[in-house]
Amino acid sequence: MTTPPALEVREVTVRYGDVLALDNVTVEIGRGVVCGLLGANGSGKSTLLKTIAELVTPQSGHVRIHGLPPAQARKNGLLGYVPQSEQVDWAFPVRVIDVVMMGRYGHMGLTRRPRKSDRDAVAEALERTGLTDLAHRQIGALSGGQRKRAFIARGIAQGATVFLLDEPFAGVDKPSERTIVRVLREMRDEGATLLVSTHDLAGVGELCDEAILLHRRVLAHGSPDRVLVPELMLRAFGLEEPA
Amino acid sequence: MTLIDWLTVPFTFEFMQRALLASVLAGAVCAVLSCWVTLIGWSLMGDAISHAVLPGVVLSYLLGLPFAVGALVFGVGSVALIGTVNRTSRVKEDAAIGIVFTAMFALGVVIISRISSDTDLRHILFGNPLGVSDVEILQIVVMTVVTLAVVAFTHRDLTLYAFDPAHAHVIGLRPRRLEALLLGLLAVTVVIALQVLGIIMVVAMLIIPGATAYLLTDRFERMMLIAVATSVAASVVGVYASFLLDVAPGGMIVLVQALLFAAAYLLAPRYGLLARRAGARRAAVLDTAEAAQGTASAERVQG
Repeated sequence: MTTPPALEVREVTVRYGDVLALDNVTVEIGRGVVCGLLGANGSGKSTLLKTIAELVTPQSGHVRIHGLPPAQARKNGLLGYVPQSEQVDWAFPVRVIDVVMMGRYGHMGLTRRPRKSDRDAVAEALERTGLTDLAHRQIGALSGGQRKRAFIARGIAQGATVFLLDEPFAGVDKPSERTIVRVLREMRDEGATLLVSTHDLAGVGELCDEAILLHRRVLAHGSPDRVLVPELMLRAFGLEEPA
Repeated sequence: MTLIDWLTVPFTFEFMQRALLASVLAGAVCAVLSCWVTLIGWSLMGDAISHAVLPGVVLSYLLGLPFAVGALVFGVGSVALIGTVNRTSRVKEDAAIGIVFTAMFALGVVIISRISSDTDLRHILFGNPLGVSDVEILQIVVMTVVTLAVVAFTHRDLTLYAFDPAHAHVIGLRPRRLEALLLGLLAVTVVIALQVLGIIMVVAMLIIPGATAYLLTDRFERMMLIAVATSVAASVVGVYASFLLDVAPGGMIVLVQALLFAAAYLLAPRYGLLARRAGARRAAVLDTAEAAQGTASAERVQG
């Protein structure tokens, strides 16, 4: 019996009204892989991530996470999701440590009262993302990069094995970007699978083991040096110069 | 009359004791809900539920049922109807809310106009804590205890839903169920507070305490405590002042809440108007300092 891939997307089509967002997308990603998800604005990157998390329901096709239907995988705490910054209410009265603790809710009893194991997991996740000193700050008091790190810490505390990150490098300063790259690679080395949507084509080679080029359909999927070629870039980004 | 007499005499009357108890319970339980209502942006929803219960209250009166029964049926029914109209048409949510609650309220007005005129519309619309009966007190106590018990078990999930419903979904919780639970609790608290403040002002208790507390803290648990404290204080002061000044208690309670909000709006240490003005003047200096500190801490992270 072969082990199923960490992430399997099969013949997925998503429409928003008349707009075709994803057209028959099929992707398989193995365990312990960082996969970059590249494409122009409106190419369906966020939609693909949301479809995998079942935040968006596809018209056809299906998703498997470690061979499990997504609902089962979510219940088992396998899936972590780092949303785009625009989707978060940064003025909400929660501290960094509270946000990271939310990663533990699936492990807790019904009232979500944290136990020592939960507090330890949160402390470790904060440490790894370099946020220990900022743990008691309100979430909106952080810089853009620190905010991203807080949501990544939440996924680490959760112990997810498949991570979906929507533009984790958008609005992030260089030091935070280096920290994020280091943390993501550590997670990969521990066996996690990460699907990372990004505009930052320059950083793809450094971070990613493979890359997917999306333009509603999958234009290419392979090692970064085979995907990031001028001919494919032109098809994915049109006349836009790669950044 | 000594000062002690002056303070205690009003509450030697049984109707004053009942008014105080009803107002304090309603204030406390609404304040708890108001934290989520203001953070999610459901103020209009709270207003909608309170107006939509009117036909339920009137029908309860006609059928001789406890007012809470009809109010709950119409409160929960309206929420469901708003959700249905919103999901199954291209009408936006605020429009769906506006249509459903005004239609329900209109239905109540029409029924009232048809039945005997000795029904006191004023009490339904403006509340009358001084006229709360023992049976109504019992209803209020039971609903308050049930609501607070449910909140005690679910408050962390409700806060997660309010902050990040997508994450709730991704870790295998059911945000739609949490939403339904919160709306159900909202309907119950509207009914609890109805007797005290009346249909028109009930929403004050569901917005003002949470908004006041939001200006005073960055921590959700503290926000809840502050909201309850200010709301209970407003109920006590409002009922008391209404006795001394011989004015409407519901109106007095809301006025005290509004005064507390105004104080927080102006004077809150971090988010008050004056602090922000002062902060803006210092901004240039702070910016420079923070930039230096930011670089330092980033370097430490790397090191």
